[in-house]
Amino acid sequence: MSRPTRRQMLHGSAATLAGAVLAAPVALSNTAAARPAAGHGHSEGHQAPGGHEMPEPFDEVYQGRHIEGWPADEEAPENGSRASDASHGGHGSRAHPRSGQAGPHEGMDFVVRIDNDDLHVMRNADGTWISLVNHYETFTTPRTLARAAVRELQGADLVPVVTG
Amino acid sequence: MAVRKNQADLTATEKRNFVDAVLELKRSGRYDEFISTHNAFIIGDTDNGERTGHRSPSFLPWHRRFLLQFEEALQSITPSVTLPYWDWTVDRSPRSSLWADDFLGGDGRSGDGRVPSGPFAFGNGKWPMNIRVDGRTFLRRSLGTGVRELPTRAEVDRVLAMTVYDAAPWNSSSDSFRNNVEGWRGPNLHNRVHVWVGGQMTTGASPNDPVFWLHHCFIDKLWAEWQRLHPKSGYLPTGNTPDVVDLHDTMKPWNDVTPADLLDHTKFYTYA
Repeated sequence: MSRPTRRQMLHGSAATLAGAVLAAPVALSNTAAARPAAGHGHSEGHQAPGGHEMPEPFDEVYQGRHIEGWPADEEAPENGSRASDASHGGHGSRAHPRSGQAGPHEGMDFVVRIDNDDLHVMRNADGTWISLVNHYETFTTPRTLARAAVRELQGADLVPVVTG
Repeated sequence: MAVRKNQADLTATEKRNFVDAVLELKRSGRYDEFISTHNAFIIGDTDNGERTGHRSPSFLPWHRRFLLQFEEALQSITPSVTLPYWDWTVDRSPRSSLWADDFLGGDGRSGDGRVPSGPFAFGNGKWPMNIRVDGRTFLRRSLGTGVRELPTRAEVDRVLAMTVYDAAPWNSSSDSFRNNVEGWRGPNLHNRVHVWVGGQMTTGASPNDPVFWLHHCFIDKLWAEWQRLHPKSGYLPTGNTPDVVDLHDTMKPWNDVTPADLLDHTKFYTYA
C-alpha cells in the first residue's frame, strides 16, 4: 500500500484526498535518503538563513500521531504545482498567528503538521529549528522537532494559537 | 521604591499576597493578556526579520518593561507586592521552597504532568489555561526532565564576564553577553531554565506558569549585575540597524519606551 493511499484512509475528506494526491512526491521522497535541497527546485527566491539547505519533506506515523512536513514555498501560489492550502487537509481557514497578514504559513520556512493541525516552527540562524511546543530547545531537523512535539503533547491536539 | 527580593527570603505573608494578586489578575482576564502578548512576540521574532522580544539585543529591555508592566498590574491589586526572583543557581532542586504548596505548587505528576497541588493546580479551579498551544487545560510541569541540571553559578559568572553587550548579526547566532544569557549560545542560561521546568514553560505560552516572572526577574537581575561589572559597556547597537531595536528606538508593543529608558533599573526598583 502506498503512503498516499494510507493518507486517504486516515483522513477521508475530499480536500485531504486531493492533498494526498498532490503530496505524492513528498511521500515518495520520504523513503529516499536525505537529498540536497536543490533537488526539489526551491532554491529560487527562497530565504535560507546562512545558506542552509532545506530539509527533506517527511510523512510518517510516530507514536500514533501522523506527522508530516514540507518546505513552505512548495505550496506558494507562484510555484503553481502545489496549488492551494485546501490541498493540505482543508485547514486554509485555520486561525494562524499571521493569518491576518497573509496565508497561514507566511513567514515560515517549513510547514509541520501533527494529525493535520499546524505546528508553528521557526528556523534559527545556525540552521537548527524550534517549534511553538518546544520553543527554548533547538532541533537539527523539522522531523526531530515534530517527534519531540508528539512526545510533549502526550496525545493532546494542537490548537490554533491566540496571540491577542 | 519597590524592592525585589529573592523568593527564598519571602515571608509567608509576602508569598500569600503575591499569589493572591496573581490569581486576581487571572480572574479578571488581565493575566491572559500578558500571555497573548508574549506568545505574539515569540512567534513574530525571527533571526532574519523584525525581532524585538527575543533573539535580539532588546530581549533584556523588552522583558524588563514587560515585567514592570506585570508588576504594576500586581500592585494595582495589592500595592505592597513586588516581583520576587528565583536564583536557580542556588535553589536548583524540585524540593526548593519555591515549589511548595504555599507558593507556586510542585512538580507535575507522572503520566500527564499535571501539577496536582498548590494555588495553581487545576483542581482549585482558579488557573485555567485559556491561551494555550494544545488542548490541555491544566498547568503542567516536569522539573528536571527536559534537561537534568539548572545552570550553575560558575556558568553564570562565565557569561557575566563577557564584555560586549551584543554583536552583529544581532540574533540567536551572536557572540555576546545578551545571546549567552538568552541561551542560544554558550552554557545556555535562560533557555535551559524554561526547558528544565517543562510543561507550559517550554512553549511560546510560557507565562502560563507563574514561575515565568520569577525566572525572568532573575535574568533581569543578571543584566543589572553585568552592568555593574562592565560600567563602560553599553547597550548595542546604537543606530540604523534594520529589524533590530537600537538604543534610542521605541519598542513594540508600547511604542513609547526605548532601551535607553530602561538601562537604569533603579529608577523603577532595586534588588535586595
